[in-house]
Amino acid sequence: MDLLRFFTAGNVDDGKSTLIGRLLYDSESISTDVIETLTRQSKSTGENAAIDLALLTDGLRAEREQGITIDVAYKYFSTQNRKFIIADTPGHTQYTRNMFTGASTAQLAIILVDARNGITDQTKRHSIISAVLGIPKVLVCINKMDLVSYSEERFNEIVSDYRFFAKLIGLKTVDFIPASALNGDNVVHASSNLSWYKGLPLLSYLETVDVNRTDGFNEARFQVQYVIRPQTEALHDYRGYAGNILSGSFQTGDEVTILPSGLTSKISAIESGLKEVASARKNQPVVLHLKDDLDISRGNTIVLSSALPVTDKTVEATICWMDNQEFQPGHKLLLQQSSFRTKAAIREIYSKIDIHSFQDLESNGELKLNELAKVRIQLAEAISYDVFEKQIQTGAFILINENTNNTVAAGVIR
Amino acid sequence: MSDYLDELEAEAIYILREVAGQFDRPALLFSGGKDSICLVHLALKAFRPGKFPFPLVHIDTGHNFQEALDFRDRLVAETGEHLIVRKVEDTIAKNRLQDARGKFPSRNALQTNTLLETIEEFEFDACIGGARRDEEKARAKERVFSVRDEFGQWDPKLQRPELWSIYNGKIHKGENVRVFPISNWTELDVWNYIQRENIQLPEIYFTHERECVLTENGQLMANNAFLNLDESDVSVTRKVRYRTVGDMTCTAAVESEAFTVEDIIAEIRNAKISERGATRMDDRISEAAMEDRKKGGYF
Ligand SMILES: Nc1nc2c(ncn2[C@@H]2O[C@H](COP(=O)(O)OP(=O)(O)O)[C@@H](O)[C@H]2O)c(=O)[nH]1
Repeated sequence: MDLLRFFTAGNVDDGKSTLIGRLLYDSESISTDVIETLTRQSKSTGENAAIDLALLTDGLRAEREQGITIDVAYKYFSTQNRKFIIADTPGHTQYTRNMFTGASTAQLAIILVDARNGITDQTKRHSIISAVLGIPKVLVCINKMDLVSYSEERFNEIVSDYRFFAKLIGLKTVDFIPASALNGDNVVHASSNLSWYKGLPLLSYLETVDVNRTDGFNEARFQVQYVIRPQTEALHDYRGYAGNILSGSFQTGDEVTILPSGLTSKISAIESGLKEVASARKNQPVVLHLKDDLDISRGNTIVLSSALPVTDKTVEATICWMDNQEFQPGHKLLLQQSSFRTKAAIREIYSKIDIHSFQDLESNGELKLNELAKVRIQLAEAISYDVFEKQIQTGAFILINENTNNTVAAGVIR
Repeated sequence: MSDYLDELEAEAIYILREVAGQFDRPALLFSGGKDSICLVHLALKAFRPGKFPFPLVHIDTGHNFQEALDFRDRLVAETGEHLIVRKVEDTIAKNRLQDARGKFPSRNALQTNTLLETIEEFEFDACIGGARRDEEKARAKERVFSVRDEFGQWDPKLQRPELWSIYNGKIHKGENVRVFPISNWTELDVWNYIQRENIQLPEIYFTHERECVLTENGQLMANNAFLNLDESDVSVTRKVRYRTVGDMTCTAAVESEAFTVEDIIAEIRNAKISERGATRMDDRISEAAMEDRKKGGYF
């Protein structure tokens, strides 16, 4: 059984909460006591429906009071075929950063569209975020089909509008599903109301969709999180570099380069799961041992000498500003990429990206909450990276304000 | 990656190593329950042959199941790791606090006091815990690295964005971070992992005969010295097991025939009641009970 992480986005009232609720409810992923609580709540908020499916996902009290989703809520369910992690993200412009957060770990985006309204500014914004974050697959779910008489024509109209826009922003793989979350048409079960639709219902689609990135970047990348040095008598010389393999694979005997120092050595042993192994691959937690005793510490990158990443003190990036306080040139920043951290400064803001058209706008030097911009960042120490399009773990970073310690921006290296 | 358990395990180990790399004085909060036992197992995978870069900390309510205490001591002896125990009783005595009252006197609220005092005493800057997002709605929103202020408070509206697998553990002095490595696991995932890794657990997770009293909501509570029962309470002997192991005064048992981990997995697959709903009296009080407790410094 494998794991699919997806996020959901849409305008307020497009029916996102209802859709997720329906998915969980009809796939029998909700236990009876939760349903009991919901029935009680649905009554106390005066909903006429027997059970308000949206209440399943809106967790925080403030959200219940205001009736909106303000933060990412994670939901879990599984079927015979897959385990799913849903990041339910808020739709408002003012919560773009929360959407970024939820989307950053997703392999699939579900973008909800109200069949009556078609594509809106919000739809465009959510799609652009998916494009910037390189989400492997986007599913546009055209909801509330019951309110447009389940019209195939209306569905096709929205599909062709969206395809046009997707091309504009460079989204490659997009699929479309018509549904009515409220009535349960085409969510878990196919529906006779939508007999013209020949594809899979949403759940079957999610169970089978292939989200593997096809570009096949396979260079071996590893970053040291922690150095294991027991310093006991029995293990006097033991020195292991602990971390997860970020991409590709490593074998004992491989010639490796340590960055940024550029020193070289050979892998003498690999441990994984308390055992010695001959090789290890992407995502596996390991402890690497090197033939030579070098000065290596947390945040150093280890790669095969045959395929080096870029190592530089400046990076060109697209960032999303996430702090309430706008960017201040005088503030001291740190850049963190996986476990690597160094002092950083935004030296130039080339342009801002219009979040609704994806056009570059002239920069006025400002960066406000939820804005996207193309920038150049100067670093105190050299970073080893691959462009984000090829490799997420070595191409993504956050910026931290040294004064407040807040995460103020998320960035992808271009 | 082939199996989803490998992926969840890799994520958890990564998070544990980030704690080791980012903090000066971390701690692993060890409750004796299956989730924290899994954390210890994951820590072995993350740090052996080295020692854990943190002590295990047990906030002892005094209302423990003896089986859980025995298990804790065995685990500590086997791993050779450092255990710190701080007792709620001492907090009560020292600060002249009012102990919990009622028929089922829960020390849940008081436990938060002891936890905060312990954090202050040892100047812990990170506390690793076994909470999972599937347990409860407020938890579903919490970050993996959850920053708490000097009073241990969680502000759900001011959470740091947390992107990819990049964890920002930078804090000011006095603040601390609660870290949840198994955030993305469900109850079933934990049991599947326990089965796969052959992790040992306290006996009370498996079916056994126990003298219980039936509460007003129909929950089964182990009859024990910490309860203030009266004539109206009838004792019954049932075959039960525990789905969570907490305070004896507020953790209910479920009737079960499950002898083995396989039995339990089969039982959970069929179960219609969620874990907290089945066994925790404390969350029933109000819809926002957990959210309020977390804001106040609870785990
Ligand atoms: N007619 C109809 N109404 C829907 C459908 N899906 C959701 N709704 C209603 O639209 C409103 C907003 O839904 P909700 O799920 O709260 O939207 P969210 O803000 O996107 O989470 C609610 O009154 C739902 O009952 C649908 O497919 N058809």
